[in-house]
Amino acid sequence: MAQVAMVMNLDKCIGCHTCSVTCKQTWTNRRGTEYAWFNNVETRPGQGYPRRHEDQEKWKGGWRLDARGRLVPRAGGRARRLARLFANPELPALDDYYEPWTYDYDTLISAPLGDDLPTARPRSLIDGRPTAVTGGPNWDDDLGGGPDHLAGDPVLQRLNERVRLEYEQAFMFHLPRICEHCLHPTCVAVCPSGALYKRIEDGIVLVDQDRCRGWRMCVSGCPYKKVYFNHATGKAEKCTFCYPRIEAGEPTVCSETCVGRLRYLGVMLYDADKVGEAAAVPDERDLYEAQLGCFLDPEDPAVVRAAEATGIPHDWITAARRSPVRDLISTYRIALPLHPEYRTLPMVWYVPPLSPVVDALTRDGHDGEDPAALFGAIDTLRIPLSYLAGLFTAGDTAPVEAALCRLAAMRAHMRRLNLGEDRDPAIAHGVGMTESGLEAMYRLLGLAKYEERY
Amino acid sequence: MGLRGARREAERAAAYTADQLLRTGGILRRTATTADLRAVFRTDQDVNDAPYRERWAHDRVVRSTHGVNCTGSCSWKVYVKDGLITWETQETDYPSTGPDRPEYEPRGCPRGASFSWYTYSPTRVRYPHVRGVLLELYREARARLGDPVAAWAEVTSDPVKRRRYQSARGKGGLVRVSWQEALEIAAAAHVHTIAAHGPDRIAGFSPIPAMSMASHTVGARFMSLIGAPMLSFYDWYADLPIASPQVFGDQTDVPESGDWWDAAYLLLWGSNVPVTRTPDAHWMTEARYRGQKVVVVSPDYSDAARFGDEWLHPHPGTDGALAMSMGHVILTEFFVRRQVPYFTDYVRRFTDLPFLVELDERDGLFVPGKFVTAATLGLGGTEDGADGEEAAWKPVLLDTVSGRPVVPNGTLGDRWSKRGEGRWNLDLGDLDPQLTLYGPESKAVSVLLPRFDGEPPAVRGVPVRELAGRRVTTVFDLLLAQYGVGRAGLPGAWATDYTDATQPYTPAWQEAITSVPAAAAERLARELADTAVRSRGRCMIVMGAGTNHWFHSDTIYRAFLTLLLLTGCQGVNGGGWAHYVGQEKVRPYAGWQQLQSAADWVRPSRQMAGTPYWYLHTGQWRYDPHGADALASPTGKGLFAGRHTADLVAQSMRLGWMPAAPAFSANPLDLGRAVQDSGHEPDEWVAAQLAAGKLRFACEDPDDAANWPRVLTVWRANLIGSSAKGNEFFLRHLLGASDNARAEEAPPGSRPRDLVWHEDAPRGKLDLLLALDFRMTSTTLMADLVLPAATWYEKHDLSSTDMHPYVHAFSPAISPPWEARTDFEIFHTLAARFSELAAGRLDVAYDLVVTPHAHDTPGETAQPGGVVADWRDGHPVRPGRNLPHFTVVERDYTAVANKLAALGPLTEERGMSVKGITVRPAAEARWLAARCGTARSGPAHGRPLLDTDVKLCEAILALSGTTNGRLAAEGFERLAERCGPDSGFEALAEAVHERRVVFSDTQDRPVQVGTSFEWSGKEAPDRRYSPFTVNTEHRKPWHTLTGRQHFYLDHDWMAELGEQLPVYRPPLDLTPALSAGEREVEVRYLTPHSKWSIHSEYQENLLMQTLARGGPVIWMSVADAEAIGVADNDWVEAVNPNGVVVARAVVSHRLPPGTVFMYHVQERLVNVPRTEATGRRGGVHNALTRVLVKPTHLIGGYGQLSFAPNYYGPTGNQRDARTVIRRRAQEVQY
Repeated sequence: MAQVAMVMNLDKCIGCHTCSVTCKQTWTNRRGTEYAWFNNVETRPGQGYPRRHEDQEKWKGGWRLDARGRLVPRAGGRARRLARLFANPELPALDDYYEPWTYDYDTLISAPLGDDLPTARPRSLIDGRPTAVTGGPNWDDDLGGGPDHLAGDPVLQRLNERVRLEYEQAFMFHLPRICEHCLHPTCVAVCPSGALYKRIEDGIVLVDQDRCRGWRMCVSGCPYKKVYFNHATGKAEKCTFCYPRIEAGEPTVCSETCVGRLRYLGVMLYDADKVGEAAAVPDERDLYEAQLGCFLDPEDPAVVRAAEATGIPHDWITAARRSPVRDLISTYRIALPLHPEYRTLPMVWYVPPLSPVVDALTRDGHDGEDPAALFGAIDTLRIPLSYLAGLFTAGDTAPVEAALCRLAAMRAHMRRLNLGEDRDPAIAHGVGMTESGLEAMYRLLGLAKYEERY
Repeated sequence: MGLRGARREAERAAAYTADQLLRTGGILRRTATTADLRAVFRTDQDVNDAPYRERWAHDRVVRSTHGVNCTGSCSWKVYVKDGLITWETQETDYPSTGPDRPEYEPRGCPRGASFSWYTYSPTRVRYPHVRGVLLELYREARARLGDPVAAWAEVTSDPVKRRRYQSARGKGGLVRVSWQEALEIAAAAHVHTIAAHGPDRIAGFSPIPAMSMASHTVGARFMSLIGAPMLSFYDWYADLPIASPQVFGDQTDVPESGDWWDAAYLLLWGSNVPVTRTPDAHWMTEARYRGQKVVVVSPDYSDAARFGDEWLHPHPGTDGALAMSMGHVILTEFFVRRQVPYFTDYVRRFTDLPFLVELDERDGLFVPGKFVTAATLGLGGTEDGADGEEAAWKPVLLDTVSGRPVVPNGTLGDRWSKRGEGRWNLDLGDLDPQLTLYGPESKAVSVLLPRFDGEPPAVRGVPVRELAGRRVTTVFDLLLAQYGVGRAGLPGAWATDYTDATQPYTPAWQEAITSVPAAAAERLARELADTAVRSRGRCMIVMGAGTNHWFHSDTIYRAFLTLLLLTGCQGVNGGGWAHYVGQEKVRPYAGWQQLQSAADWVRPSRQMAGTPYWYLHTGQWRYDPHGADALASPTGKGLFAGRHTADLVAQSMRLGWMPAAPAFSANPLDLGRAVQDSGHEPDEWVAAQLAAGKLRFACEDPDDAANWPRVLTVWRANLIGSSAKGNEFFLRHLLGASDNARAEEAPPGSRPRDLVWHEDAPRGKLDLLLALDFRMTSTTLMADLVLPAATWYEKHDLSSTDMHPYVHAFSPAISPPWEARTDFEIFHTLAARFSELAAGRLDVAYDLVVTPHAHDTPGETAQPGGVVADWRDGHPVRPGRNLPHFTVVERDYTAVANKLAALGPLTEERGMSVKGITVRPAAEARWLAARCGTARSGPAHGRPLLDTDVKLCEAILALSGTTNGRLAAEGFERLAERCGPDSGFEALAEAVHERRVVFSDTQDRPVQVGTSFEWSGKEAPDRRYSPFTVNTEHRKPWHTLTGRQHFYLDHDWMAELGEQLPVYRPPLDLTPALSAGEREVEVRYLTPHSKWSIHSEYQENLLMQTLARGGPVIWMSVADAEAIGVADNDWVEAVNPNGVVVARAVVSHRLPPGTVFMYHVQERLVNVPRTEATGRRGGVHNALTRVLVKPTHLIGGYGQLSFAPNYYGPTGNQRDARTVIRRRAQEVQY
């Protein structure tokens, strides 16, 4: 089958939130969805939005393997879910998102003559009463909140090593998140009304607004907390992958408006029959490889024949061949899935961020032109590898390290070309690539032309 | 079976049932399923996905952008549905930069993406408003007197009435009025003020013209036609890097962001690119993939720091020390221990390093003195003008071959003189400039070099030679001494090696000051220079407000520029400085300049430097308790002893260095009439009056009611909320509103010598604050009259920036809603009403206009030698030399509206001068007449019409070289005459002359501009813009004294401050320690640019507030928060003598202890409670600042150190503030 998938290169994300705003303006700046951000950007480490959404001990999103090794929604079997339809403790409350507010703006113009400058005080958009702002969808932006608050990051809490949240060792990166449009979506599985569906033609997961009865099981079931309850219509809503645009051949709003130029869209062909098996591999660290195993090679004539047989149009097969997403995921293997351990087989993947070397390296007088030193050795990066592994590979640092090494090798190789120096094939070989492979990857990541991103 | 077991069993059973159901369902439905029955594929049932399709549907998409205060100049698609603006996304159709580099698409940021919120927001100004108290007074007087002008005169001159409406400023009570009445009040105020006080008591403030050129131009043009000064903003904002005029003789010219890609080494120094240059940041993240190394220098772990291959975090404000130490390493390793041909060749050709400087004896030692010129050595001869003054502008160097002092081509002496024609170039011919006098037989003397790290001046030897009885050395030799780079045999105190912390400027010395490890400084310098050698100058420093907003930022920047000049990086693609702080490159410069100053109708216009204007008129000078010599160098002559900074300001105005507004304590219309009646030349008449003591400069008594500014119009700006450093003093003295300041005035004995001190400082100088805006700001809240302006999605205009090389259009997506009008329309209707009221009251008047010696005009050679020849001190009075220039211009005040709407004749008759080049656009005037039509009658009869915003845009493009190749080519022909035939300007003219951009091109898509004499860099499809490439590639001199980039500045006042050479000066420490009581901390208070706003704009935008913290915040370190018991999101108060801020705390470990951030322009508008300290509304980042003037920024009439608006003038720096912070009661009152 075919799926339109996305890769975000976190190494280029500047944390500007333009994607969040253009998405919100386009889709959710209306009553009932004030608090809903189909696209949001989180500073990591941080608690995210809704707060601590990655704590599946609490929210019970995604799938787990039962005692017999079979996949069941973590929220429990259908009986348990039905029993909780009316009192669901695994549903984030408003405080876990935030209480949306506005201000008494009108007072700025209409205030009668008084004794001081008018000011617009905050007012709740839920009950209309004056409020104090104590939470927001981006509360820990740029490490705001301090170590005590940030220590509540569930990924950080699961690390074995202790990470110091101190000035000199500070690290951060930004993580834009949308619906993962999973191959194996829990939200679809747990909906009692059958209102959620995954489109056959492109894999986009949608909520049928007529069928939705507002049970909100999808909200609980989604481990990424990317399904929202519209409190005005009483229906669930979520990222639509901008299907009216995708259908017209345009990129999603979040992609096209990304000023970091870090989002890639493309078609992935996959073997639908392998999905269940892949989601059920016993060791969660094998999920990344298992999902890679589901993807089909569009250059393989057998795959093409099978795809054509199932009615996948020719131009989709062509698109799958030219897919930048496939290059990043399967060819260069620098993109990784977000929280594969949720077993939903997510389809929005991420290139992990490089990060500056720790201060220790600054203090010695080593040779600045040694490529390893110039760009920092991978094992001295500010962002702990284990943290990235906690996000992308269920804790296995090897794939993350391999991806970062390829990025670093690309920089070292290109520096030689930039300065007109001799090539050194050992750089590419050292990371299992060829020089032309590194240069093609450079073109995709560095030049990132519009027509090659989407 | 336990409870848990039972549950497990139940779940198992339920799962089994579910499976069975699924299986059965699969059979029954006959739809495709996966083999494991996990997924069902259904095509038989309809889904309702219409709501999202309907949501996405729209009627049209209009190209526009966001004006003023943001330098992004991003092209946007504005979506319109059912006649309403819905949202915006970015355009992606910028012309390609080429196949081998990234593109500019998409440009934008979250602020811009939230702009459409304003269109229908509750903070939108929908109607004209006047403060009710004023309106009542005005209407009563108007009804009684039957005349608007008489009514305004009465209300503003009756002390009781005046106090009544002024003290109501900022306290609400705005009421809606009709456009007719609003315009009548505004017009009456202007007419009355001109008649009663003079046009120079009116002022206009509207910054950053590039980001909506027509909207800026129309108002500035109105001001210029009535004779009101426009106030400069770039220097006032402290965004002007004053080192740029000092070193380059250029305001600011920087690479487009696409040129970052060309750099092999990139330092982000005090510039938080992802936050402040959001649309451009990708060039940095992507250039890393090309093997560029990125180093970030920032005190906080910023959004940029996370991209750095290294992050260095010097203590705030000490960046200069780090840069000086890097200079020490580069000079040591690349100039003394070995020589790099690329570097030495570069500095000899393109810098002043080989030029000779005289050493002056001082207490048995020597201090660096003046440049040795042809006049000093008698090299000039009779050909250099009758009085030999031309020779004084010809600095000399030594020729290695002949061993003789010679004047090379290209000095300022060649720029304006007849004899210099064809010689103003950097051709060295057979000359081989000698860089150093050091050699086996050289003699040496000891020179005193000031240091400001708390130690006495250093004594260090430089090699010298005697010339005409004077001891001279080279700038290079002085530079080595200054940087403490010793050479064998030279006397003095030198560092033993890099680890010697006692001697500036070693890496170890800087570590003690900055905390940056010495090894890091050393390695960074070596890496930078080494990369520059290998890439031939492709190292770049992106420098930002973090290093530019300091009082001593010029010294910080000169230390940066030293690194780039020594390594041959300037004037090279991918190299050099990249200053991005409020830059405002109007790419179509000549046309904008011509039209906004109304130079087509009347010359000269009044241009006023912002900082001295506000310093004097907001009374901030009264709170300076220290003498002007507080910052003087121990090596100085004591020129500032016993004087106050305000004395120096006044001196700079009476010498014609800085402009003055008002100029004299008399109405310039009365003076103009008197000159006219006297039959004398204005210069002669004024000189005589001054000599007789009959005329007084207004700056010497700024608090006298005769010298107050009276009417101020602010548009496209939020002066009071955003840039008013010393905000509380603006409120107190300029506006007469309530304030929170508690600072003490300077005690007797510490007051100015030359200024009149009034015991009771005036409160409320302004009669009228008029604001045009589409949203409520601190300025509209304070304004007496608020006019509803169109937003940027509601008008035609033009945008350009230095971040990219394109011009593109604003377009109306909708008509201005409610009663909003475009700035263009507002000024035209105001001008019409003004002209009506002027009839019979002002009619034709003669205005005495005072102008300072301007840069890029012969006026820059007013004061040879850079000595202070004050006529007050007995020097002969010489207008145009040690007095300003004086001109009497005729103003027909009844014709203002007609002239505003048509292109005047002076453009063709007298040409347009930009950067010293004059072009005559006769062809363009004809083209405009054909394109726009001509005025059929009246004072502008037959002239091309500029009566719509589109026509004004068209004229800007037609009259500029960057968008009209014919004019560019003409400018290059003029340059070729001055620079000589070998400079290759003919080829450049040939290459550009057919380029032409008209307004509709910019509406279709952003259009790249062409190379022009207006700028210093070259434009081409296959290369990115980089400044000074015209200089390096066409041997064109820089606009400086030597014609080269300057390390050395020899003006008297530079010497007085010890800043002739790059030097480290620490952050200011002029105020006594603020007492920090229990549960209080004293911290450095920084106001960097915010992630959620562009200055004040978007700060109150609901989307941005939602993504931020919902109101003003102060970021503080974990340690400081702990010290005062503050938890994240607690309310805190910051208090210092200047004011009070109340905000919530954001606690974060990314901040260093001892420093807090209050991001720029968090106003009092949204969520700001009353303070505990005063009980009044706290807040505004500038509540804790007060402006301090650096004397060297006042210099004028001396080469590159000459005034031009936004080019040279004191900066309104605000980074050196400190404050006390404490936790306050958490219950707040609004």
